[in-house]
Amino acid sequence: MRILDPHIHMTSRTTDDYEALYAAGVRVVVEPAFWLGQPRTSVGSFTDYFDSLLGWERFRAAQFGVRHHATIALNPKEANDPRCREVLAEVPRYLLKDGVVAVGEVGYDSMTPEEDEAFAAQLQMAQDAELPALVHTPHRDKLAGTRRTLDVVRESGLPPERVLVDHLNETTVALVRDAGAWAGFSIYPDTKMDEDRMVALLKEYGTDRMIVNSAADWGRSDPLKTVKTARAMLAAGFTEDDVDQVLWRNPVAFYEQSGNLVLDPVPGFTEGAGPAAGVEYEGSSVLRGVRA
Amino acid sequence: MTADLPAAAPGTAWLDRSCAAIIADPDHVTRAFALAARRVGRGPQRPDVDPTGVVHGTVDDAARARLVVALADAVGTGHDLAERLTTLYRQGDGAERRGVLRGLDALASAGRLAEDGSADALVAAGLELAADALRANDPALVASAVGPFGSAHLDQHTWRHAVLKLVFQGTSLDAVHDLAARADAELDRMARDFAAERRAAGRTVPADLARLSTTTG
Repeated sequence: MRILDPHIHMTSRTTDDYEALYAAGVRVVVEPAFWLGQPRTSVGSFTDYFDSLLGWERFRAAQFGVRHHATIALNPKEANDPRCREVLAEVPRYLLKDGVVAVGEVGYDSMTPEEDEAFAAQLQMAQDAELPALVHTPHRDKLAGTRRTLDVVRESGLPPERVLVDHLNETTVALVRDAGAWAGFSIYPDTKMDEDRMVALLKEYGTDRMIVNSAADWGRSDPLKTVKTARAMLAAGFTEDDVDQVLWRNPVAFYEQSGNLVLDPVPGFTEGAGPAAGVEYEGSSVLRGVRA
Repeated sequence: MTADLPAAAPGTAWLDRSCAAIIADPDHVTRAFALAARRVGRGPQRPDVDPTGVVHGTVDDAARARLVVALADAVGTGHDLAERLTTLYRQGDGAERRGVLRGLDALASAGRLAEDGSADALVAAGLELAADALRANDPALVASAVGPFGSAHLDQHTWRHAVLKLVFQGTSLDAVHDLAARADAELDRMARDFAAERRAAGRTVPADLARLSTTTG
């Protein structure tokens, strides 16, 4: 089984997760820029984070054989803080970099005018940089927020096939598919969406333009939810080709639109060998202690 | 948050002395704010109904509210207080941030936020801090922004989203000051949509959503 997880916050995860991801067939990940838990209060805080997505996290992933890509944006929640908003001026230079496969996560958190502005501005940046856009739909007032989201996407002129609208559920999926965009689903333990509900949606809507992710982050989440969804699909009668379609070919097709997706195996990585000795990033290695 | 500590409660003497010290030197509030929980305790105000203290606040929330009132006694309710409370919040940890908001609640409840314009800067500053708290992930901090100050001054859109966020975070709507006064048809619509989403997902519908109905049936 080959899997690309198109939405996973590896900054919050341990190396145990990288090992487990690799072992389960997740060879490529996309980590979107988002808020961290503790609110950021300055532009510098953002640029350090963006740099870590391109630097330390890409290194950490490679040590475990995982190809790491990022999306970059000012997220909806922090768009409301005037101290953070100025990072919008820094986003375009990040969109030129290797490994940046989309503008994101953009969208709405509470549907405020400040969020409107940041959303529209960054969709324009996606146009200018010829990148696709990863759009977060709000958790509160989701249906109304998703409708408004699709209005903004339509107004931006970004072709819908270059837009992935994420965190969908039973009440929002039809809207997004009718708009011609890719439909993203974050599979969590208990909340938001689970494997069985996902399988039901795949039966109803088919596998075309359907995207599944774990959105594993600093909260209660599971980086192996993509794998578990694959197993649930097989158990429900989908074929291995269907699984490859949803868990590999779909996210690849979406992010390939960036021209920046790298799918080759990590050079020098030997499965089961663990991180290479002596390899460091800015003086840090992911090793601890002497290897036996 | 205007509940007074009972006279025999630990830390009462410390709190009285600290309030007096703030009147003498307003800058003293920074140290008092930091020490409040260690001196008066961290337990819930109403342990019988609110064991975690998230809904009705903690004893240190109440203590810090009193410190804020003392600060207002010292410097008034104009620009100076607005700046001092902004700094206390921005430089505060989660508990100190709650204390600032509960302090604004105490001032609002006591009618100290005059409507003649003299407290406008303070109210504006308070609203920025409340907005920051409402974006937080810490349910206690979110709940501290929907007391009397929030009830009186938050714009309706922000207030509605705050209420919905409490439901999302599993915090009782008892935390919202005078819910009935501001609940409107739009909040009812949001609650119904949320209930529909949960039903479509085969998940439980939070009981508190029923409190957001303004229409019958």
